[in-house]
Parts: sequence; structure tokens; C-alpha cells
Amino acid sequence: MSLRQYVTKRLLLTVPILLGVTVITFLMTHLQPGDPVDVLIPLGANPSEEAIRQLRRQYHLNEPLYVQYFLWLKDAMVFDFGVSIQRDSLVSEAILTRLPYTLLLGVFALFIAVAIGVPAGIIAAVRKGDKVDEVSRIAALLGIATPNFWLGLILIFIFGVQLGWISTIPPSDVSVLDPALLTYMILPAVTLGTASSALLMRIMRSSMIEELNKEYVRMARAKGLAARTVIVKHVARNSLISVVTVAALQIAFIVDGAVVIEQVFSMRGVGRLILQAILQRDFPIIQAGVLMIGVVIVFANLAADIIYSFLDPRIRY
Amino acid sequence: MSTEDTTSDGARARTSRRGRIRVTGFDSAAVRDRETFSADRTGISGAAANRRTKAWNRFKQNRSAIIGLAILAFMVFIAVFARPIQVSLLGEGFVIQPFQLAPHNTDTNLVAGNQPPSAEHPFGTSDLGRDIMSQVMVGARFSLAIGVIAVGLAVGIGVPLGAIAGYYGGWVDEAVMRLVDILYAFPFLVLAIVIIAILGQGFWNMIAALVIVGWIGYARLIRGEILSVKENEYVMAAKALGARDRSIIFRHIVPNAIAPVIVQATLAVGTIVLAAAALGFLGLGLQPGTPEWGTILSEGREAVIRGYWWVTTFPGLAIVVFVLAVNLVGDGIRDALDPQDEVGEQEGGFR
Repeated sequence: MSLRQYVTKRLLLTVPILLGVTVITFLMTHLQPGDPVDVLIPLGANPSEEAIRQLRRQYHLNEPLYVQYFLWLKDAMVFDFGVSIQRDSLVSEAILTRLPYTLLLGVFALFIAVAIGVPAGIIAAVRKGDKVDEVSRIAALLGIATPNFWLGLILIFIFGVQLGWISTIPPSDVSVLDPALLTYMILPAVTLGTASSALLMRIMRSSMIEELNKEYVRMARAKGLAARTVIVKHVARNSLISVVTVAALQIAFIVDGAVVIEQVFSMRGVGRLILQAILQRDFPIIQAGVLMIGVVIVFANLAADIIYSFLDPRIRY
Repeated sequence: MSTEDTTSDGARARTSRRGRIRVTGFDSAAVRDRETFSADRTGISGAAANRRTKAWNRFKQNRSAIIGLAILAFMVFIAVFARPIQVSLLGEGFVIQPFQLAPHNTDTNLVAGNQPPSAEHPFGTSDLGRDIMSQVMVGARFSLAIGVIAVGLAVGIGVPLGAIAGYYGGWVDEAVMRLVDILYAFPFLVLAIVIIAILGQGFWNMIAALVIVGWIGYARLIRGEILSVKENEYVMAAKALGARDRSIIFRHIVPNAIAPVIVQATLAVGTIVLAAAALGFLGLGLQPGTPEWGTILSEGREAVIRGYWWVTTFPGLAIVVFVLAVNLVGDGIRDALDPQDEVGEQEGGFR
């Protein structure tokens, strides 16, 4: 199968998944016990009969379910999720103003995860079986076992409260690339990247060990290449292929982490917005946020598969 | 690729035969030690018991796995004996476990709030004066129960669905796997949070959320294994002998495909406990005041900023130690079940 055919096939497979994602997100308000109109009424408010009828008309709640779905999907396509129930703003606006902070945090964390995980994995594989490998294994186990929010709290205590190097609250009213915000972002990003770097390291290590056993490595060594060249130019490159697929899975992991870490560090990101929306039962915001996350991850997986098939043509069966 | 290169032992394991060795023998020691055809007379149960003994022997030799197991046993002991357990039946309370290891009950005590660790309160007290050490000890009950029950139910749903999908293929497979694909588009914790938003808080709702999110991993894993196991000759033989599909799937195929699921499920107890703690921390877990490890940490940020480090440190350490022990045991089980699989490591991520 050529690359183009593979990409086409993979794109077509994405369509039903995306539709499924929208169906599940749409059904969220309808799976609730009780009348769906209840979730559209702000907590504590007591609207009149007429106001409720008005809400039903506005959200098409009198139509059959599938009609409601298509109307909702039509709006969702252009990122129109209506007005937030609890706050006086458009849902799309609320999300878009907060998205840059979450993106910055995620990219920063992924960068830290790769910058630590990949070299550490290479070293552990090369020194397989000795002390360095053992230490890295224990470090990885600890990284995986540590709850990220707890690590964040410990870091806040050490660097914010005891040493006073950073502020314990984020700088407010600054642009995304403001130095103050970037400095503040270091701890959240380290917290978020730690577990991912542990996972990436273990995967890099096992895939390196597999590669190191292959004939071409013996060949490269036999022809007199320096050990360093063999590792860096040949083995590490081929091992990175498996890391690419895992990195896509890490995006889901990092989104999960961001929801928690934004809460730990009081950051105004999408994760915190969704969480507040859940506590206030603000379903339009939850729906929009969850749909956005789902779509991003579907496309991340798609990108990973395509990159993978580009790097390793064998998998285009 | 020269698969016929059998001159060196190393080359053999690396060629495409590796998969075959694993499937037919699974246990290289058993394959090497078996007594020609007479071994067949021991029957399936005999062979399975033998395999289990061998795996256990290998597990015993793994020092870190045994340490992990000891830690887990200790934590289960603490969980059971932390506070007396009482069941009420017909209006009367029966004490079925009278011991109390925890130094205090977990009630609030407003005059003793935010005390640093001392002889009286080894882990200090929370802002409402709850003794943190007692909370951590009793909290082991919630966290361990959530981990074990949620994983058990997720395996119980995922394995049959994945097995049926993998065995029959066709539209059943399509339906199950598309559902799996769709659910995979949502990150673990985000999906769990949304489900709790719909169902509401509480112990069983939390378990339900973790199971709905968790089963897909096992379904996908067992389906992949079954696709390769079902090509074996013995499956064909069982069909030829007229065995019913149900007995072929659950008596012949699943036992030979279950090993990776066992490993994954063990590791998942750790990740589920982490997820449950994160939910608790976010205030979406159990009722506030419940001594669940994550819920204790839900006021952690305020406590830490005011300098009360002990409020967060000790419950968090309990989680770290537990998840670490689970991972050690999980790694040990993987090595014991499949000693050849040095390179094909799976890691205990959220899925």
C-alpha cells in the first residue's frame, strides 16, 4: 500500500470515530437523570413556565433526539456552543481565551518529557544491567507511581513557600508569552512532564535494547564505526519510531494531567474551566471542552499513525 | 531475513519464530522439560497447575517483586485492622473485626487543628483537627477497595467482549472495536470526570466511572491476543471434535491469551488508585471528609501554602508506596509468566 492509499484509508476510518465522539458528547446532557432542560437552568434560579418553554424552543428540546443532534452538530461545526449558563459569555469565547495557557503548559511539559526521557532511555539501554540502568529503573518506577498533583504540591511547598523562589499564585492579566508567566510555568510543566518522561524513558530503553540485538548493529560495529555513531545515528534513530506512537498517547495523558495540574497551580486553563463548569453543572462548557479534547486526540492519533507509517513502511499492511 | 539461521541460540529467539515459541510452549522451561507424549495424559488441569507452579517459582526468585508483595500485604493488613469493622443486621450491630491499630478515630476535633507531627499525632492533624495518620490508615480501605473492585469489574466486562469480538470477527468485532476506538478518543481522567458529572459523586458512581473508562483497554488487549491464538491447531481440533464456541473461547483460547491481561490488570490497580486519588483531589471523588487518600488531599493546596506540609505529604506518600508496590508485583508477574519477553515491556500508563 502506498503512503497515499494508507493515509486515505486512515482518514476514512477517522470519520466514524469523529461522529461517535460527537454523539457521545451530545448525549451527555441527555443521559442525565431528569429533564434535559434542568441542566440549562442556572443553579438556584427559579424560572417561570414561560422562560422554561423559551429555553426548550431555544435549545430545540421539543424536536426528536436525532434532529436535536444534527442541529447541535451543525452549530458545533462552526464552534457555536451557545452561551454559558453560569457566566455571561459565549462558550467558544470562554474556551478560546483559556486555550493558549493549556497549550503552552502541554507543549512545555511534552518538551520536558522528551528532553529527559529519550536521553535517559538511551543511556539506560546502553548501560543495560549495570548500576545506571538500575537507578534509572527505580527513578522511572517512582515517576510513574507519584501522583502528579501531589508532586506539584510538594514543589509548591519547597520552591514557593520554603525557598520563596516563585510566587504561589500565577501572575494575572499578562499575555501568554510574558516572562513572568513563563517562569511561573516551569514548575507545572516539570510536574506534568515527570510521569511522561518516566514512561518515555522505559519505552525508549526497551525499543533500544530490541534494536541493539539486530544484525545491522553488528554490521555497523564490524565495519568499524565508533560506538557513539552506532548508537546515535543508527540505533537511537530506529528506536525513536516506537517513541513517536507513544508520544501521541502521551497527549491524552498530558491533557488528563493538565486538568489536575491547572487546579494545583491555580492556572486559568481549559482544564480548570471544564472542572469549574462541572462543579457548577454548566453543560454547554463541558460539552464544548470535552468535544474539543476528543477531536484533538483523534487527530493526534491520526498524525501519529501517519508519521509512523512514513517512518516505518512495514506497518502499511 | 534469514529465519533458518539456527547456528547461534541468540539468532533463533530474534527471528520471527519468537512469536511461535511463545504461543506453542509459552513457558520455555516447560517445553524443554516435558516428557515426550506421555505428558499429554496429565490433562489440561495438570499442565495448567504445573505452569502456575513454575511461574510462582520464578516469581519467588524476583526480589523486588517479593518486596512489593510484602508491602501490599502490609497495607492490606493495615486497611483491615485500622478501625473496628461493624456490620448492622436486623437493627443490631455485630463487630466482626474488633482491633484498632489507628491511634485515633477520623472525626473532626476543632481544638486540635493544623498541629505538626508529634507523639500524639505522628502525621499531624488537618485543619479540622482530623488525625492524619488515622485517616491514612483507614483510607487504605477506600483506595484498595476502589482499585481492586474497579479493575475486577473492568476485566470482567472487557475480557468477554474482547474475546467474543476477536473470535467471531465480522460485525461483532466492528461494533465492539469501533466503540473502543471512540472511547479511546477521550483521555482516561477527562472521561471519568464527565461520567461523574453525569452520575453524581459517591463510591459506586466513582467505580462505575472508572469501569466504563477502564474496560476498553482489556478488550483491545485480549482481542489482539486472541487473533493470534485462535489460529492454533488445537483450536481447529476442538472445532473438529464438535466443541461449542463458548467452550472453545473460554476454556481453550482465553486461558492461552490471558497472560498479558493479568499483567495489565495488576499494573492497572496502581493507575486506578492514582486516578481515584486525582478525582478525590479535584473534589469529584467521595464525600468531603471521607478518609480516602485523594479526598484527604483535596484541601492540600491551601494547607501547603500556609506551610502545613504534613497534611499533604503523608497521604501522598501512602499513594506512592502503594502504586510502587503494585508496579513491582506487576513487573514480577510479567517476568514470571513470560520469561523470554525482555524487550516487549508494557508500562503502566493510564491505559
